[in-house]
Amino acid sequence: MSSNSFPYNEQSGGGEATELGQEATSTISPSGAFGLFSSDLKKNEDLKQMLESNKDSAKLDAMKRIVGMIAKGKNASELFPAVVKNVASKNIELVAGSVVMAFEEVCPDRIDLIHKNYRKLCNLLVDVEEWGQVVIIHMLTRYARTQFVSPWKEGDELEDNGKNFYESDDDQKEKTDKKKKPYTMDPDHRLLIRNTKPLLQSRNAAVVMAVAQLYWHISPKSEAGIISKSLVRLLRSNREVQYIVLQNIATMSIQRKGMFEPYLKSFYVRSTDPTMIKTLKLEILTNLANEANISTLLREFQTYVKSQDKQFAAATIQTIGRCATNILEVTDTCLNGLVCLLSNRDEIVVAESVVVIKKLLQMQPAQHGEIIKHMAKLLDSITVPVARASILWLIGENCERVPKIAPDVLRKMAKSFTSEDDLVKLQILNLGAKLYLTNSKQTKLLTQYILNLGKYDQNYDIRDRTRFIRQLIVPNVKSGALSKYAKKIFLAQKPAPLLESPFKDRDHFQLGTLSHTLNIKATGYLELSNWPEVAPDPSVRNVEVIELAKEWTPAGKAKQENSAKKFYSESEEEEDSSDSSSDSESESGSESGEQGESGEEGDSNEDSSEDSSSEQDSESGRESGLENKRTAKRNSKAKGKSDSEDGEKENEKSKTSDSSNDESSSIEDSSSDSESESEPESESESRRVTKEKEKKTKQDRTPLTKDVSLLDLDDFNPVSTPVALPTPALSPSLMADLEGLHLSTSSSVISVSTPAFVPTKTHVLLHRMSGKGLAAHYFFPRQPCIFGDKMVSIQITLNNTTDRKIENIHIGEKKLPIGMKMHVFNPIDSLEPEGSITVSMGIDFCDSTQTASFQLCTKDDCFNVNIQPPVGELLLPVAMSEKDFKKEQGVLTGMNETSAVIIAAPQNFTPSVIFQKVVNVANVGAVPSGQDNIHRFAAKTVHSGSLMLVTVELKEGSTAQLIINTEKTVIGSVLLRELKPVLSQG
Amino acid sequence: MIHSLFLINSSGDIFLEKHWKSVVSRSVCDYFFEAQERATEAENVPPVIPTPHHYLLSVYRHKIFFVAVIQTEVPPLFVIEFLHRVVDTFQDYFGVCSEPVIKDNVVVVYEVLEEMLDNGFPLATESNILKELIKPPTILRTVVNTITGSTNVGDQLPTGQLSVVPWRRTGVKYTNNEAYFDVIEEIDAIIDKSGSTITAEIQGVIDACVKLTGMPDLTLSFMNPRLLDDVSFHPCVRFKRWESERILSFIPPDGNFRLLSYHMLSWDVGKINPQKLPSLKGTMSLQAGASKPDENPTINLQFKIQQLAISGLKVNRLDMYGEKYKPFKGIKYMTKAGKFQVRT
Repeated sequence: MSSNSFPYNEQSGGGEATELGQEATSTISPSGAFGLFSSDLKKNEDLKQMLESNKDSAKLDAMKRIVGMIAKGKNASELFPAVVKNVASKNIELVAGSVVMAFEEVCPDRIDLIHKNYRKLCNLLVDVEEWGQVVIIHMLTRYARTQFVSPWKEGDELEDNGKNFYESDDDQKEKTDKKKKPYTMDPDHRLLIRNTKPLLQSRNAAVVMAVAQLYWHISPKSEAGIISKSLVRLLRSNREVQYIVLQNIATMSIQRKGMFEPYLKSFYVRSTDPTMIKTLKLEILTNLANEANISTLLREFQTYVKSQDKQFAAATIQTIGRCATNILEVTDTCLNGLVCLLSNRDEIVVAESVVVIKKLLQMQPAQHGEIIKHMAKLLDSITVPVARASILWLIGENCERVPKIAPDVLRKMAKSFTSEDDLVKLQILNLGAKLYLTNSKQTKLLTQYILNLGKYDQNYDIRDRTRFIRQLIVPNVKSGALSKYAKKIFLAQKPAPLLESPFKDRDHFQLGTLSHTLNIKATGYLELSNWPEVAPDPSVRNVEVIELAKEWTPAGKAKQENSAKKFYSESEEEEDSSDSSSDSESESGSESGEQGESGEEGDSNEDSSEDSSSEQDSESGRESGLENKRTAKRNSKAKGKSDSEDGEKENEKSKTSDSSNDESSSIEDSSSDSESESEPESESESRRVTKEKEKKTKQDRTPLTKDVSLLDLDDFNPVSTPVALPTPALSPSLMADLEGLHLSTSSSVISVSTPAFVPTKTHVLLHRMSGKGLAAHYFFPRQPCIFGDKMVSIQITLNNTTDRKIENIHIGEKKLPIGMKMHVFNPIDSLEPEGSITVSMGIDFCDSTQTASFQLCTKDDCFNVNIQPPVGELLLPVAMSEKDFKKEQGVLTGMNETSAVIIAAPQNFTPSVIFQKVVNVANVGAVPSGQDNIHRFAAKTVHSGSLMLVTVELKEGSTAQLIINTEKTVIGSVLLRELKPVLSQG
Repeated sequence: MIHSLFLINSSGDIFLEKHWKSVVSRSVCDYFFEAQERATEAENVPPVIPTPHHYLLSVYRHKIFFVAVIQTEVPPLFVIEFLHRVVDTFQDYFGVCSEPVIKDNVVVVYEVLEEMLDNGFPLATESNILKELIKPPTILRTVVNTITGSTNVGDQLPTGQLSVVPWRRTGVKYTNNEAYFDVIEEIDAIIDKSGSTITAEIQGVIDACVKLTGMPDLTLSFMNPRLLDDVSFHPCVRFKRWESERILSFIPPDGNFRLLSYHMLSWDVGKINPQKLPSLKGTMSLQAGASKPDENPTINLQFKIQQLAISGLKVNRLDMYGEKYKPFKGIKYMTKAGKFQVRT
């Protein structure tokens, strides 16, 4: 709407939406193109076109007009799908939060609805808006506690949970017996832990806290340590955030001291902190106190005691008392310190000290006569009732140790009885009773006097107590046998009070929740369930890819459906690409810790314990993998054969997975092999996310039923196969951000799309043997290069396999063919032993397969290395329509065309197999095809932007024609040479 | 989620209320007032207060309590963080966030609140999107609105909300393209009576003011990125590139925003000549008639050092991709005292 819409608004008076809608329609509708006065039917066609158009503005206009129509009561139902598509398709990340929110409100118990969406949610998490992240993380925490087995080891618990200490050895043995089977983490469990980690860096405190509680509740204890730093960082935030975070740290620090010990000083109190923050910090400091740091802490506490904030000073004294009971080495020191405080000028401080000393003395009633005498003297000066009561109680309890003082105190108290506080009166009665029992000669009269005073006291509690005591201690006719035991009753050994943290029992609430903060179960709080003994079936999380099956149904009619499904495929594709790239990154990255090995390796470990033959397989596959991929290839071939007994479909499956695997990383190969060999059919299918192909075949068998669930987020399925519909996809990754920029420069026909598939295959750049311990691998992420639009982006992973630091890793002398350019990575200061780092660089290969040679240098050495790009990596996929493709192909004939005939078994000519094989070799995008016997792929060269058109036309029998049209005939023929064997191979 | 919001000033008047679901009676705030009385000081009012049927979560900023009413379990930080975002937004819109200003702009305040929460769930909390939906008040617009009776509600749907860069609106145009970055470091320290340092840490932020046309893609690299260990980012920063290359790569929001904040535990002072120890001297005088304080008070220090980041952090270069023009770039360093306390 333009600015001249103001007067319209005014006229319509805002009340009549219909009118407004009308006005809006007329002002928006672009002149000419969409007839304003056309019939309804026609108009809907216009709207449909607008909704399908590439321009956001047109879409928005169309939506406004539809709202107008609805307001007028016109039927717009046929536009519904087109609208939903626009609302739902692109940025599924934006709605995921709301969906989960709704789920949490409507049916939080329906764990079964989460299964199918679990992996999607995990993979999407980073791109979801921040508020959605919080809700999703909380939900997934609860989910994980019901679906996975505990990653916590027995040893861990022993260490930080006092309870187990008392358990008999037998108990423990039993437990260990039960746990004989080595623990391996479910890959889905690992996925969640891994994907939430970057969110610790969020600027939103709620997100950081959510991740922290997730780590606390579901990660192995050895890994939970990483959250401390982030939580400590939050302490710089507003007081409200501090308050909540400190509360959670307080609970954590009780159970696992070690986590926050390095940050002890971050909890030092500042005079400007509000009292509630101060008290919480104090609580944490107490929890963290141990023999090693107690002296520092006590010095710090000394400063706090002097604080102007008396409430805080009193809390500090309590704290000192707790430290004294917890750490026996300092008990005496603390007691002496507290006694010094008895002469403090401030009454509150003195009173609190008295109370704490009373508790301490009660715990070790040994020779502390001196302190008691000192305190008896204080009675003359101190006025705080609690303190007076405490002193009286203490004297009464130890009246036999201070035989001279106690009666005198009673005398004084008898004098002031009437003016004392109720609390003190009760203790005077107590003292009298105790003295009467131990020293009746001196105190009989005094006690009787006090009892008489108490009899007529205003407070019924005191009158009550007086009557009770009198009956108990003064023997008379009425009092029965009980008075004989009066001494035992009054002077019984009393259990010492336990000085405990108020946060001790909070850990049964999920951290980060309202219930935890209040220490009361809040309305709608959901208990965090205990880990199951045996993990429920993990296959429930597998997702069937329905869209795909439809996509590939060989018939002309499929096209219609394709266009309708377009928006599914968009997001799938992008997810897929980002997924695989992130996988490869993090796996090659430095995951340390006991369980820190990547999911794949965990898997093969599990297998090895169950099946020794597969162990050998996977071992050999893994070992030799990096140096010699062929071993791995052979393995997978052998597997394909062994599986073939399951029938033709099975056979097809194994082969397809075979072909997809042999180009991907060899580590992956080995793990997938061992799995499908060692496990029963159904399970092997269910296991891995990466087994896209398997899912597809599984689908052939299962009827195509799509259950409609409330939490159906199927439209952003991250595990599906790449689809032959490379509409310019929006991806949350860097790629997409860049895309918008590149789009503007290229023509409408050649628009770069996201890669349909990113092989995880890595190439050795520098072997660790020749690199004196420095190993380097490179990999083509198939992303447009950030350093220059003519460059191919390359990721290099450097590993330090030595036991010392490697310093100053950089690129030295470059020997590049003429015209070639290279953007090097920034020098790396140092790489820790066992460390690994991934860096990006860009090379402009000038559309040739010439080798780029350069030196990879460390502080001490230089190694000659070179990168020769596979021809398929010199391309960027482009999105174009079939029509455009044919048009361009028509131009690039004659010299620009090369072709070859391929002969292969028919099962290799299914659309999915061909697609997978082609995108594996080359970074091309598929072109939607109207004929199911012709497959088209399009790309442009990175340097010159020349088109590269690949056509696979299936012929009669088992032959096919492979045609490549391009101006760059050299690359074209090289690509043809590479594609030919791949396509004809079984 | 968030049911209602009450704004309460320091004298205990509810001067604004907004309900997203059903209307919750004002009387629910009585529990809050009780807690306020008990706390004696405003900053000691507990942020979470349970009442029989609701939970009150509050933040206290600019002498105003923002009290959210909750009915069921919710992560408390979620609500608190949101309330702070509301205050930030008000500040962004009106320059200051105070009772009179909120009262003056009550229409815009309601409009903004309506967009920020949808049925109690945060919706548009990015200031760039909000500003497209609801135009910040200007004198001219206020005058026009008073005469025509129209509102500040924008008549375009925000384009950013549907894109992958929701924090940036499309179609930004400037005649002068400029990008300024401020590296601001604060030293938090506690100095002992004897002069020894008990704790010292650096809290740093990089605040940016980016006014660039179109969709610029910026990369910011540091001379010594390894200094940055404990960081948190604006959502626009591509985390993966930071992980792999230690480069900040991002499509910036339009206008002012906090690009990153970091935290360093150690503070390397360097070499100090023991013969010439640097010293700061100051005098303290008590007001006439005031009694001498019980103990020696803790002294809070304030200072500023221009053109220096105490951690040694240095920006190497800023590059722009995706747009053709040449932007004007500027970087400023500053160190100030954060919570710098000297115990005496």
